[in-house]
Amino acid sequence: MRLATEIGMALAAAVVTAAATVVGMAWLEPATTPVLPHTVVAVAPGEVHYRPAGDYTVAGRPAAAPLRTVRRDRPLVIMTRQVTRAEYAACVSASACPAIAGAGAGATPDRPMVGVSFRDAVAYAEWMTRTTGVVHRLPTDDEWVFAAAEKADTEAGPLIAVDDPIRAWLARYEAESSRAVVDPAPQPVGAFGANSRGLVDMAGNVWEWTTTCFERSALKPSGEAQPLTTNCGVRVVQGQHRSYMTDFIRDPKAGGCAAGLPPANLGIRLVVETDGGDGGFGLRLLDRMARGVQGLLFDGS
Amino acid sequence: MTRRSVLMGAAIAALLVAVPALAAEPDLPRKSIELVAPPFVHPHEQATKEGPKIVQFKMTISEKEVVIDDAGTKFQSMTYNGSMPGPMMVVHEGDYVELTLVNPATNTMPHNIDFHAATGALGGGALTNVNPGEQVVLRWKATRSGVFVYHCAPQGMIPWHVVSGMSGTVMVLPRDGLKDRDGKPLRYDRIYYVGEHDLYVPRDQDGKYKSYPSLAESYSDTLEVMRKLTPTHVVFNGRVGALTGKNALTAKVGETVLIVHSQANRDTRPHLIGGHGDHVWETGKFANPPEKNLETWFVRGGSAAAALYTFLQPGVYAYVNHNLIEAAELGATAHVKVDGEWSDDLMKQVSPPGPIVPGKVGAIETGTVAK
Ligand SMILES: [Cu+2]
Repeated sequence: MRLATEIGMALAAAVVTAAATVVGMAWLEPATTPVLPHTVVAVAPGEVHYRPAGDYTVAGRPAAAPLRTVRRDRPLVIMTRQVTRAEYAACVSASACPAIAGAGAGATPDRPMVGVSFRDAVAYAEWMTRTTGVVHRLPTDDEWVFAAAEKADTEAGPLIAVDDPIRAWLARYEAESSRAVVDPAPQPVGAFGANSRGLVDMAGNVWEWTTTCFERSALKPSGEAQPLTTNCGVRVVQGQHRSYMTDFIRDPKAGGCAAGLPPANLGIRLVVETDGGDGGFGLRLLDRMARGVQGLLFDGS
Repeated sequence: MTRRSVLMGAAIAALLVAVPALAAEPDLPRKSIELVAPPFVHPHEQATKEGPKIVQFKMTISEKEVVIDDAGTKFQSMTYNGSMPGPMMVVHEGDYVELTLVNPATNTMPHNIDFHAATGALGGGALTNVNPGEQVVLRWKATRSGVFVYHCAPQGMIPWHVVSGMSGTVMVLPRDGLKDRDGKPLRYDRIYYVGEHDLYVPRDQDGKYKSYPSLAESYSDTLEVMRKLTPTHVVFNGRVGALTGKNALTAKVGETVLIVHSQANRDTRPHLIGGHGDHVWETGKFANPPEKNLETWFVRGGSAAAALYTFLQPGVYAYVNHNLIEAAELGATAHVKVDGEWSDDLMKQVSPPGPIVPGKVGAIETGTVAK
């Protein structure tokens, strides 16, 4: 297993380094930074203009989510592709992820992993963090939208006329059911092309889990959103359209959009934490990427 | 924009919302009813001279582990008000049902309610989605009389919530009460409410029922069993034996009992062993004349039926789903203990079991029968 060996090598490098330097947090010397089993890209800081996830009401009636501009002042380090079946299988072999039968079974190991719940995706991220020493996690909804750029669709259906929720409901149904039916069979990595940020298969046939919880907010006349309830048993999944999914659902056909077409598959794409919670690895990684140092990263697929 | 104009804008917006809501508000007396757990039904008038009302109910959803058979099989249930089925709500045709549905923060799942008796918005399902920590108030007009199922219908998980316990019954009585097929009034002395559930409990490699620490953890295994369409338990009121032995229903000879039977998911066929259905609304809707003298009545999955019977003999009656495998092996049995005087006219044991006597038929010697 090429992949398992490579992860093993990365681990060994980290362990050796730790033994050699033994100076607290400084054990991650840039020269011996562990290798990631996947390629990542650092998306430069910028603005994202979008409608946030969740349900909004104005004076108790359904309303469109407000348009928001979020400024990101640090780069976003994110996998260029989705986690593959082989990568997930390595986590299962390490007894860190649950074995999953069902969706995508029979697909070759180099295809994207599908049929994972939010809980499975979190288990995978935690294992990746442990094996590489680099904090990996799922993206938030706004990070995903930022990374997806032109591939993001954050319209929660057509704009809802506050006075007529029922007509809006019908319009949303029509919009959702007119979406093209997506063949759910996992395709080779890259089959859905790359976006302007260099990420492949955004908005392909695998939707990706985010950490963003389902939230209900009231919009004040000032446009300010007042959160009413948050339900973290339901998370946002992102892809061709935004959807909400109960965290233990693996098969989205049983999970469901509001109406119309549900996501075709549920999969994983991780971000690398650059907040310094990992002893500074993420920041040094960024630094090296900025200086064009290659060889740190390779695609394990 | 000045501060004043902002305030004006806000006031106008508030008015716009308030006006249609006020116009739609029915100007009727209100009444609050405390629900009771099945097989019992809250006190109600069978016929009423009063005008339509807004009848307020409150149900709290509870997700909890329950035991569903005498072997102690544990089951992760989802319930309206803690019971399987959820409590029955009784109103009269033309009344408004106003339900406050509470999903406490201690629950883990979004829920809602689809009333088969209500009109529009997926029976109210589209307007009642509540996350843990939320409540919602829905009002709907009871425009059709009959017994109707209600059930949970959350996006993508409908069947699982229903077969985990989330169904119940609404009874909308005609304002002038029940009638027989000739239009003569019918009354009942007691009402019993039986809710049937088909349950799908996963087993381990040794064939033993598995238990799970939480609903979420039970989900994927349960779904697998559900998709085989073969229930492991078919129960009345939440568990095998919920309505037998110490919990058996009671009645007296001469009493008329209305038995309401609901099944939100799967067809069933109630039968009262040793009795009948004098007047049966098999499809459960009181605008249709009741059928008379039925032996077994068919309850379509996703509906409720009502059967009126006057007990004529004392003793123990079994009330079963007359798929007898489901009744005897899977749990779909209730008992009714009936007190009173035996009628020899209706039935008499002419000669007790004994040795076979050649040539003897009934109470009369062969050969004495007139040719
Ligand atoms: Cu529910």
